[in-house]
Amino acid sequence: MEQLINYILQLADSNLILTQRNAAWCGHGPILEQDIAITNITLDLIGQSRNFYQYAAKLINESTDTKVTEDSLAYLRTEREFKNLLLTEQENGDWAQTIVRQFFYSVYQYFLYEKMQHSRDEQLAGIAAKSLKEVTYHVTWSGEWVIRLGDGTAESKERIEKAIIELWPYTGEMFLPEAYEISMVSAGIAPDITLLKNEWYKKVTDIFEEATISLPKDGFMQTGGKNGVHTEKLGYILSDLQYLQRTYPNATW
Amino acid sequence: MQLHDLEKAFQDKIDNEIKIEPKDWMPDAYRKTNVRQISQHAHSEIVGMLPEGNWISRAPSLKRKAILIAKVQDEAGHGLYLYSAAETLGTGRDQMIDDLHSGKAKYSSIFNYPTLTWADMGAVGWLVDGAAILNQVMLCRTSYGPYARANVRICKEESFHQRQGFESLMVLSNGTAEQKAMCQDAIDRWWWPSLMMFGPKDSESTNNDQSMKWKIKRKTNDELRQQFIDMAVQQVKVLGMTLPDADLKWNEERGHYDFGEINWDEFWNVVKGNGQCNKQRLEARKNAHTEGAWVREAATAYANKKAAKQLRKVA
Repeated sequence: MEQLINYILQLADSNLILTQRNAAWCGHGPILEQDIAITNITLDLIGQSRNFYQYAAKLINESTDTKVTEDSLAYLRTEREFKNLLLTEQENGDWAQTIVRQFFYSVYQYFLYEKMQHSRDEQLAGIAAKSLKEVTYHVTWSGEWVIRLGDGTAESKERIEKAIIELWPYTGEMFLPEAYEISMVSAGIAPDITLLKNEWYKKVTDIFEEATISLPKDGFMQTGGKNGVHTEKLGYILSDLQYLQRTYPNATW
Repeated sequence: MQLHDLEKAFQDKIDNEIKIEPKDWMPDAYRKTNVRQISQHAHSEIVGMLPEGNWISRAPSLKRKAILIAKVQDEAGHGLYLYSAAETLGTGRDQMIDDLHSGKAKYSSIFNYPTLTWADMGAVGWLVDGAAILNQVMLCRTSYGPYARANVRICKEESFHQRQGFESLMVLSNGTAEQKAMCQDAIDRWWWPSLMMFGPKDSESTNNDQSMKWKIKRKTNDELRQQFIDMAVQQVKVLGMTLPDADLKWNEERGHYDFGEINWDEFWNVVKGNGQCNKQRLEARKNAHTEGAWVREAATAYANKKAAKQLRKVA
């Protein structure tokens, strides 16, 4: 049970941390229509994270004597307990960096959910099937921006290439399973993420080709997020996210 | 047709409740007044995203966070409908945005106040959106068709926001002592600025007469303000909170609540740029625009390349 809970929390955390990052664009986007578009994606991500947290809370409450909620899971766990992908906690940077981060993550989510909708765990299968529709749009939207920026002006090309180099080292973690993921794969609950890598790689290559940009050489990959070992950035995200719940314990909002 | 015939036909339409549409003849001053008012309304939606956006990262529950993000996004959507409505009068969005950034165009002064605590999200929803709705409900019947229709869409979403704001204050007012204090403090700070949102007193307002004749407005500033006060006095009781005005008293004769003197010096000061956040809000909008310039250029360059490719294919 603990393995399953960890697995679900990892899915929830990645969505929530990226929500926290993307939401900072709300009101500050480069084009009003795109401000709305990225906020739509943010709303999908927080919706997905809530589905996962609520499911995790249900399992925890059923298997132990505790009483946790989606909010206690999101607001009262520490830096070392969060299991989000390192990619999702990386800074917004400029529009190019935000786009590349979204694109890498959405393509990964697409292939993950595509398989997960057939999970033996009905709850996860259901969340995946519903989320897949949303993520399909995220892939299209972010992919189109990768192409526009890559094949736009000299400046946009330079910026997106810089963003890719910056974020590339955080992509390897997506396909490296932790112990709790491996046990979920053998239980028929989780897709084998090692098998997603080729599809992910192909989709990214296709879009990059259309964007007239090239893939970085495989380099050293950072890991740790899924086990709670993060970059320094996460602590600041959590102190913002959790401020009110930490300041006024046990209050209802 | 002579000019005065056109003017008469125009005023007849208005008197007969027929909407003015983009291709219809209209007096220059009517066009100008509408562009000014609609673009100001659009700018208010866009700048209004900032004080609430300020609390998105710190919203105290996932549900509240989702609601707040959706709300701020709705405001962006309202800005879009309104810019489109104003564009039908012949002024482009770029021009309107330039006017906002240069300070030539205004936006609602209320957004130059800071959002200091979480309770401000509720108070802004209840009071600021509540005041805006009264104005916007009236504008659903404004004489310029595209603006009236934009307001119909806006009102649907705004009344939802106002209920959410009130509901989140309800939760605080039923909460811990600290939450109750936070709630009261937010009401105390937002009450008077909300009353100022309706604009100067009728006796001091320069635009009222002509706007009423053209049915751009259908109620005066004072009428709307009174309507708002009468409503809020009842609602605040439900919250178990108070409004910060010792002079609030039911006046049997008028059938309305009397209220204390609004601090118009404060109002004019904020209008003139001396609110706590005037500089900060405008800076944020200008930064988004400036830092987004390369993104817009890239999108245009790519669209041109694509169009050229398409053209070569056809040839």
